[in-house]
This record gives sequence, structure tokens and C-alpha cells, in this order.
Amino acid sequence: MLAHSEEECSLDFDAIEGRLGLSRRDFLKFCTGLASTMGLPAGADAAIAKAVESARRPSVIWLHFQECTGCTESLLRANHPTLERLILDIISLDYHETLFAAAGHQAEAARRQAMADNKGKYLLVVEGAIPTKDKGIYCRIGGQTAVDLLKECATDAAAVVAIGSCASWGGVPSTKPNPTGSEGAGEVLGAKVVNLPGCPPNPYNLISTVVHYLTFNKLPELDAKGRPKFAYGRLIHENCERRAHFDAGRFAGEFGDEGHRQGWCLYKLGCKGPETHANCPAVLFGDVSNASWPVGTGHPCIGCTEKGIVFTKPIHALAELKTVTPPIFFARPAEERGTGVTFAAAAALAAIAGAAAGGTAMLARNLGKSVPEAKADVAAPDEQRGG
Amino acid sequence: MGMDRRNFLKAASGGTLAASCVPSVQARETRTMPEGAVGLLYDGTLCIGCRACMAACKAENDLPPEFNEIEGSAYWDAPLDLSGRTINIIKAYVGGDSDRKDTLDGYAFTKLSCFHCVDASCVSCCPVAAMTKDPVTGIVSHSKEACIGCRYCVAACPFGVPRFTYDETFPHIAKCQLCRHRMAQGKFAACAEVCPTGATIYGPVKELKKEIARRRALAPGTETEFPRGHIGSGDTHIAPIANYVDHVWGEKEIGGTQVLHLSAVPFDRLDKKPLPDVAPANVSESLQGRIYHGMIAPLAFLGALVFAAKRSAKALGEQGEAGGTDAGDDRKGE
Repeated sequence: MLAHSEEECSLDFDAIEGRLGLSRRDFLKFCTGLASTMGLPAGADAAIAKAVESARRPSVIWLHFQECTGCTESLLRANHPTLERLILDIISLDYHETLFAAAGHQAEAARRQAMADNKGKYLLVVEGAIPTKDKGIYCRIGGQTAVDLLKECATDAAAVVAIGSCASWGGVPSTKPNPTGSEGAGEVLGAKVVNLPGCPPNPYNLISTVVHYLTFNKLPELDAKGRPKFAYGRLIHENCERRAHFDAGRFAGEFGDEGHRQGWCLYKLGCKGPETHANCPAVLFGDVSNASWPVGTGHPCIGCTEKGIVFTKPIHALAELKTVTPPIFFARPAEERGTGVTFAAAAALAAIAGAAAGGTAMLARNLGKSVPEAKADVAAPDEQRGG
Repeated sequence: MGMDRRNFLKAASGGTLAASCVPSVQARETRTMPEGAVGLLYDGTLCIGCRACMAACKAENDLPPEFNEIEGSAYWDAPLDLSGRTINIIKAYVGGDSDRKDTLDGYAFTKLSCFHCVDASCVSCCPVAAMTKDPVTGIVSHSKEACIGCRYCVAACPFGVPRFTYDETFPHIAKCQLCRHRMAQGKFAACAEVCPTGATIYGPVKELKKEIARRRALAPGTETEFPRGHIGSGDTHIAPIANYVDHVWGEKEIGGTQVLHLSAVPFDRLDKKPLPDVAPANVSESLQGRIYHGMIAPLAFLGALVFAAKRSAKALGEQGEAGGTDAGDDRKGE
């Protein structure tokens, strides 16, 4: 699938070391980690290494609208060795309001220049919801409304990635009563974008998506809601480390009780794992330990990736189970049973039994008589012949 | 066949006596719910099918897991119905997709365990009073020591609840006894205690009925607090009210039960077929009571039989005396 010859793999590690400030070992660890996050087959790590090593750095334009910058913060705190340097060096981040050194007209000019230079090739990353009410006046950057800025930047973008729940489907700003008419980037553009919901989203899902694009020159496979399947294909409930407690009916009743201290299932405390699609239990968060994700630390999942769950359902309201796919081993209300004998079968059986009984009776009646009668039968024709 | 005046009067007086004592017996009184009756409320619309209640039930009642073979595949502890090893089961109605709960074209859950009838057929039919109904709590339970294994209760129960452990050397009846052994420790039914959504809650039947009335009075979609564990436990959660069918299973069925069910799909789809409001135990016991009341009718009937037998024997004797010579004559004539 991803055949690569030795020459292709012979990377200039010295150059990488110089450019990225990474040892050869750490660089390959990083590439392998990304390949496994995306569930790519063996060999993909080498392809990724090749792509990352090359000097081709795609231009990335990162827009901020109605948001808290949590997505950017989460990305900056990705804790693999010098990751922030790496991500900033793999791509050419030409516009990012939090990270750029320039300001004002200078920054806007840099954005326009990058867009013109990389027309049709740059990646557009959107962070934050877009207010649409009252002609979008509730968010303006450089005099432009968020709607206009998004549409302008999206026109010539190779791909649009919506990072975080706000950019994906509206997030916090779109919560009722939604005073500014906030919407996600996909809704505003009326086009399919890559959605990476989460509050904040896992930084590795963004890095993986970008590196997938770099390596294979296309976006990863998406689900119906525009989310990469490698990250959002499964429910939290399916890979949760507390799942065995759910199956055994062991639920923590309240924070700090015996069950909670024993690490029991948090469903009863309102865990939204059974209705939330994300790879948190597999990829974890913050790179600090093997339990570094909300459920691992003892707090129920709040469903931060799912529209209609987070910011909509109360944190301690119970989740609906999405895993009750036509139940494989739920008993039916009434199991099928034998229906007894049908009339035709009973009649046939009775006829056979009757014939057998009749035959037996006739045989019994004729017992003892058979010899003389047989003689008589034999004699009769003789008599006739004689007569 | 002649009947003299004396015999006619004897027969007539016996018949009158027998007839007069029958209508004087009233039908057996209709049993009512004990004042302190306790039970369960199972609201299928809250059930998520986690089967924590089944696991807890087995743990608390010391029941072994079951092994089943379903369509060629082997499953551990996937019982298909109640059995000697499963006295509480969650079943699923499947009429369509798994993304539509509590609709006919989706799916719905139901529970089957003892309903603890007000007038229980199993108690009525038990020949050795091994099956009893507690006069205070109304819990229907049985004594393994007194049971003779006749399995009348298995046949009598309209819900198919009591089961027999046919595969054991010393078989016995198995059925839900509402965790009466836990009540001594101040606990309540394990299935209700463990239920994370309050789909099964325990409490006095009076309180359960109030809770049912409260839920049914709310418009579908209204967010409300649902108790978990037992009524008044203080542990609640908020969820929207479902679109219940206009029927509380167990409110009237065979004279009422102490386990009540709510559902958003018609109960006949959950294999809860229509049942009469009158308990079969009431009908059969009334009938038996009429026939055997004070043993008057059976004794009168016996008297009538004796009389008829004696009279025909007498008639036969007279005939025999007269006919004996005829027979002799016949023989002579031969």
C-alpha cells in the first residue's frame, strides 16, 4: 500500500535536526506516533517522515472568531518533545492572531500576501463560531465581519479545517438563546469542512489531520458530520477504561463515595460517554499520565464534542445509550416456542394410527382361524374346477 | 319405574336441602392490597438496557450464570427468559432502528420478574401452602422446605414467573421474592438499588401509584425529576417525560399487582397480553367455596347417590326374585 524504497526513506536527519531541533530518534518517534493515532498501516511512519522532512511547508492561515483561544492553548500544550516548534516548522503559519509577532495592518497584509502566493494551496484553520445575526456585526477583525473574512479566506483554500466545537457546530456561543446567531464554519460556508469538535479538541487530531494532508495530499476519511473517522469513529463508552464496571452494574453514586474511590463507572453521575464520539480514552489528554483524560481523573465526560449534548444537556443528566444497536443478546419479549401439532398433521397421524390399529385388530381376529380358512380358500377353486 | 309418595318426598327434601345451601354461600371476598404493601415501579422509558439489575439480582440471590446457545453461537449469561437461574430479566422489543427508542418502529425495553399479585394464583393453587403472601408487605414468597415440587404454581401463574430447576438433583422453585432476605438488613430490592436511571424503583405501592399519577399527568417532553433507588431516596435525576401509553400494567390486571409497569409502546408488544381484571384465584376459589361450603352439598349429593343406589338395588332385587323363575323356566325349556 505504502511501498517505499530505501532511498525514499533515507532522510537527511542532520537537516531535520538543524531545522526542527529534534534528534533523529525523537523525530521518528513523533512520526510513528502520528501514524498510530490515525490508525495507518505499517510503513506510513516512513511516508510521514519523508513528507515532514521535505522543505515543502504548506501555508496555514488560522482565523479566530467567537472563541476563548482554548483550542490554540491546547495545541501549544501538546507535550511531545518540542512539538510546538515542530508544528510551527512543518507548516508555514502565515496568520495566527495569538502567535504572530506582527499586528494591525501589517498582519492583515501578511494574510493577503500568503493567500495570493499560495492560491488554492493553503490550509484554512478556523477557530471559533461565526455570528450571523444582524449582518454579522458582533465579530469584526480589521473592519471585516467574521462571515466576510471566513468566506474570503475559504474561497481559495485547499481545505478548511474547523477546530473546536465552536467552529464545528457553534459551540458555547450558539447555546440558547444564541444572541448573536452563532454558527459553525461549515454552516456558514454551506460546504463540507473538516470538523474537529471538542472543548478543547485533542491537539493530536489536528496534527494528524494536517500531516495526513501533507503525506497523502488529501484529507482523512470523514464521517457524516465531517469528522475524521480515525478520531471520531467510536463512542467514548466503547474504549472507556471503566466500561467493565458499567457492564457489571457498578456505578459511582456521588463524588467521593465508595464506588467513586474504587474507580467505578461514572454513568450515574451524568457521564456522556455512551453518546459522545471521540478518541479521548485511546489518545488521552495533556500527555501527563496514563489516566490523563476527564473520565480517567474521575469526572464524567461532558460530551464536549457532540452538538446537542455539551452546553445543552445538564452535566449530571443521564446519557442516552447509543450502543444499543439492534440488540444482539437481548431476549425478545416472547421467545419462539413450538406451536403444537397442526390439524392436518394430527389427522394424518390419526389416520396412520387408525390403520395400524385396524390392521392389528383384523390380524388378531383372524389368528387361529387362518389355517382352516386358507384351506377352504385353496379348496374352493378346486371345487369350482371340479364342478 | 314407580316412585311411592314416601320416596318422592325423601328425594325432594334432600334436593331442596342441597339447593338451599348453595345460594347462601357468597363468592369469596375480593382480596385487597395490604396497607403496607411494597413493590416496584418499572418505567421502560427510563431503562437503558444496561442490565445492572440482572447482575445485581444474581449476585444478591446467589444465582449462577446461564449458558445459552443462540443461533449456533454460545453466550454466557444471556438468558432468553426467566428460569431456575434467572429470576429477573430485561427483554427488548425490536420493531425497527436502534436510534428510535420507545416507538413501534424503534425499540423498547421491558422487565420480567414476579409481579407480587394482590390475589396470587400461585398462592391459591399451592397444595401445601409453601407459596405464601406476606399479610403485611404483600410479598409473595415460597418455602423450599415445604415445597413438594408439584409445580402447580408454574402452571397457574399468568405471567410465567415461577420456574423449576429441572436440571438439579433436588430441584426447587425459583422466583423473585423482592429481596426479602435483604429487608432484614434494612436494605431493599437489589434491582432497584442498582438501577442507574431509576427505571426500577422500590417503595410502598401507595407511593409508587402517586409517582405514576404524577408522571402521567405531565405532558410528554416536560423535564422532571425522577427518583432513583427507592421513593424518597433523595437521589434524583432530571429527564424528559416520555409519551406513555394510557395503561399502567399491573393496576387492574388480575385484581392488581404490586409491581407496576409504565411504557411508551403498547404492552401487548412487550408480551404483556390483555388479562381480566378479576383474579383467576378468586374465580376458582369462589367456585370451590360454593361447591364444598360446609361439605353440605357434597354430603347431600352423596346421600342422593346412596339413596338412588339403594332404590335401584331394591328394585333389582324384586326383579331378581320375580325373574329367577323365568330364567329357570328358560333353562328347562332348552
